[in-house]
Amino acid sequence: MSIRTIPKTRGGVGESVRRVDGIPKVKGKFAFGSDLWADEMLWGHTLRSPHPHARIRSIDVSSALTTPGVHAILLGGDVPGRKTYGLEFADQPVLAWDRVRYAGEPVAILAAIDPETARRAAAKIVVDYEVLSAVTDMEQALRLDAPQVHDFGNVLRHMHIVHGDPGAPADVWVEGYYETGMQDQAMLGPESGMAIPADDGGVDLYVATQWLHVDRQQIAPCLNLSFDKVRLHLAGVGGAFGAREDVSMHIHACLLALRTGRPVKMAYSREESFYGHVHRHPSRIWMRHGATRDGTLVNVYVRILLDGGAYASSSSAVINNASTFGAGPYDVPNVVVEGTCVYTNNPPCGAMRSFGAVQACFGYEAQMDKLATALSIDPIMLRLKNAVAPGSVLPTGQVIRGVAPVREVIERCAALPMPDEVPAGAHRDPLSRPGGAGNVSRGESLRRGVGFAVGYKNIAYSGGFDDSAEARVKLSAGPGGPAVEVSSAACEVGQGLHTVLAQIARTELGVEHVVILPPDTQVGSAGSTSASRQTMMSGGAVQLACAAVREGLFERARRRLASSGRMPPGELTLEEGQIAAGGVRIGAIEEFLNDPIERTRTYHHHPTQPLDAQGQGDVHVSFGFAAERAVVEVDEDLGLVRVVQIAAAQDVGRALNPQGVHGQIEGGTAQGLGFALMEEIQVKDGLIRNASFTDYLIPTILDMPPVVSELIEEPEPDVPFGAKGVGEMSTIVSTPAIVAALRNATGRELNRVPVRPDDLIGLNPPVRSGGPAPVPKVPGPEPVPHYVGLSEGQQEIIP
Amino acid sequence: MLIRAKVNGGWRTADVWPGASLLYMLREHLGLPGSKNACEQGECGSCSVWLDGELVCSCLVLAAQAHEREVRTVESLSSDEHLHPVQDAFLEAGAVQCGFCTPGLIVAVADLLQRDPHPAEATVREALSGNLCRCTGYVKILEAVFLAARRIRETPA
Repeated sequence: MSIRTIPKTRGGVGESVRRVDGIPKVKGKFAFGSDLWADEMLWGHTLRSPHPHARIRSIDVSSALTTPGVHAILLGGDVPGRKTYGLEFADQPVLAWDRVRYAGEPVAILAAIDPETARRAAAKIVVDYEVLSAVTDMEQALRLDAPQVHDFGNVLRHMHIVHGDPGAPADVWVEGYYETGMQDQAMLGPESGMAIPADDGGVDLYVATQWLHVDRQQIAPCLNLSFDKVRLHLAGVGGAFGAREDVSMHIHACLLALRTGRPVKMAYSREESFYGHVHRHPSRIWMRHGATRDGTLVNVYVRILLDGGAYASSSSAVINNASTFGAGPYDVPNVVVEGTCVYTNNPPCGAMRSFGAVQACFGYEAQMDKLATALSIDPIMLRLKNAVAPGSVLPTGQVIRGVAPVREVIERCAALPMPDEVPAGAHRDPLSRPGGAGNVSRGESLRRGVGFAVGYKNIAYSGGFDDSAEARVKLSAGPGGPAVEVSSAACEVGQGLHTVLAQIARTELGVEHVVILPPDTQVGSAGSTSASRQTMMSGGAVQLACAAVREGLFERARRRLASSGRMPPGELTLEEGQIAAGGVRIGAIEEFLNDPIERTRTYHHHPTQPLDAQGQGDVHVSFGFAAERAVVEVDEDLGLVRVVQIAAAQDVGRALNPQGVHGQIEGGTAQGLGFALMEEIQVKDGLIRNASFTDYLIPTILDMPPVVSELIEEPEPDVPFGAKGVGEMSTIVSTPAIVAALRNATGRELNRVPVRPDDLIGLNPPVRSGGPAPVPKVPGPEPVPHYVGLSEGQQEIIP
Repeated sequence: MLIRAKVNGGWRTADVWPGASLLYMLREHLGLPGSKNACEQGECGSCSVWLDGELVCSCLVLAAQAHEREVRTVESLSSDEHLHPVQDAFLEAGAVQCGFCTPGLIVAVADLLQRDPHPAEATVREALSGNLCRCTGYVKILEAVFLAARRIRETPA
């Protein structure tokens, strides 16, 4: 289209505007899923398996059912439609009917007049379990004699990537073994929503989620209802970070509402939330890096193993990312990656911010530091020397087509000012020492360390998935001037998407008054609020729909000019609420809005491909790069840590809301800091031992240092406004940067995160391995459930 | 059991289960869902309210303990037209993302600035160390506190 607008409307793209949902949020009036309420409402409750692997012999609900206040109890046999669901393969039972595969698996649901009645009644349900032997170790899961989690074996997916010559020689080799623990998204708002039965036999579900349409695609077949009878509406989302990609209480609440004929609300407690959503995959990683004497990488071998837990969730995409990013943002001519995700009887793992990329980066950045030491080269210089650039070929054979200012990201990060040194013996507030006040130490053994990390990941969905987003834009004359309404099913989860969509509409139409309507399934799918994709995808859809509305406006202007006998003297433009032709004013927008103009458009990103048997293909759309430098202080007597400062630089394409972008960097950094230093779901023999915020620690304001961040703005070609997704990259790099700083301070190996105090003072030795896990025999690069036909007729979101 | 409490300036009664928390009474009996339930253990501060002027985690207080006492919640800080300076500063500084921790933080910050209008950074960090936020990394929350403190000091009483 040749028409360009140069709007000067306030609150457009590039400004740090206030959130569109900010006022209700600060007032406490924003309705999160857990705040919903309806007349005659019942409370749903879930009974979960205490065993990681067991056969269900019988379930006796008689005593629970006669409890006053209980309205319904449902078991697996009561599910009217399909008995299983899943994001990629429907391998997860709505309610277990014969076998439970992890501790926490739902076995029965009930509805009662209040949460306490529901909880007490659920305790009266008697389930007779025959406990089976469980596989709770990811390497044991690969053994042929291991208990089988599913009938088709324990390998969920194996990725094999070969690039160049695996036998290529190198002057210097470094090897490493790394482990990462199971992290929780720990979004502040636990899973919640309310299902309301409708007169047409259908159901309306108000739920805090990340993708309404994919939820519906899983819910409707289980309810045995057509899609149009299952209407989803976004309830307020108290943070997501991947935890809300999978269905949690959705189907259960709908089943109970349809059974009782009354609205049913379900709101998980914090403890239940730890069982009610997937986690970040624990990993074991073996790496070998070879370089020439001058520090040029020539050969990288990566073996990565992920524990997927009992059900698939998004595991096949997670191992895809971990494998394709296994060599890092570096030019390496010869690469072999063997990536496997296995089923175990541990809690299911799936999406969490930067999935797969986080685990890989912890490994490859430690390797880069080892290599720098082995070669006596400055670690930042080594990274600069090997960094990818536009035109670089990735291990998948994919050529980087967009912008990739990796060297600038590294240089700008490294150039950020260092924090002041505290002179030895100087007075300092005890709160500023590692561990804060009340320690037995006075900081006699403080060691400062500095660490650096670079990382990257894909933006939007990959591997041949036809990723799209729809949006509808309506321009009408209102009492206060022209007004725009944007309808989109894209989920605002806190990151500020709705604010960005409003900014885009303002910029495209030159109208300040923009309303984002509540997301629901009345408009087409926007895809998931995941993978840093919504600014590009739904932003792109809103931009297209606005352009179509503008064209409709111009069409009306042309008609008026033609009917008055005046031909347009030049190109039509829209600026500050005025339509002009060849610079001559024709009229204000309102003059052409006797009827509103409404347009619906769908945005697609350019197509990608699945990987072939050698792991080759244009698998990803676009990449975002980030670097962080961490400065830490370690108390070598106590093993306590204070992160003094984080410096960050990120390749963002273009910042549509700079304050929001900095907020993403800071928040993502905090989650990476937590992963480096404190966050781990402790699973022993398949049982979670710390399902609470008392025992699962996330960073507080005392743990977080100042974050100095720089945005590298080089617009990405062929994406709306040149903006790259920004939500995930800081989470990838902050963990390895902090651990590198800890290594620098202590000289210890520290090859597992989270790093514990005992690791820092040498009470725990580094984790060791007997060698890379064996490569399983699978038919090809597709996920194994495909081969056994589990995907047939099922949702295929991420090939 | 019947509980009578002065809530946000008016006397209210609720018939609650004896084991109910003050948070449950506020949210489910009195229609005040501004205080959030995120941990049930007093770890996260999302349910912060004032009980007789003292900052408490309402999930750790029994509803019965509030009997014949005064409770103030986040809903008391703003009117239809006006935001509390702390609320406005949170919006301006970009300290709100998902917003689930926000009401508790705003109550905690308002409480701090009431006691100490000119807090040092270490004081702010200590005062807010019982309020978990998962979205922001606290950087902009800290900025919002200093912005609000300045605005409150500059506003003529």
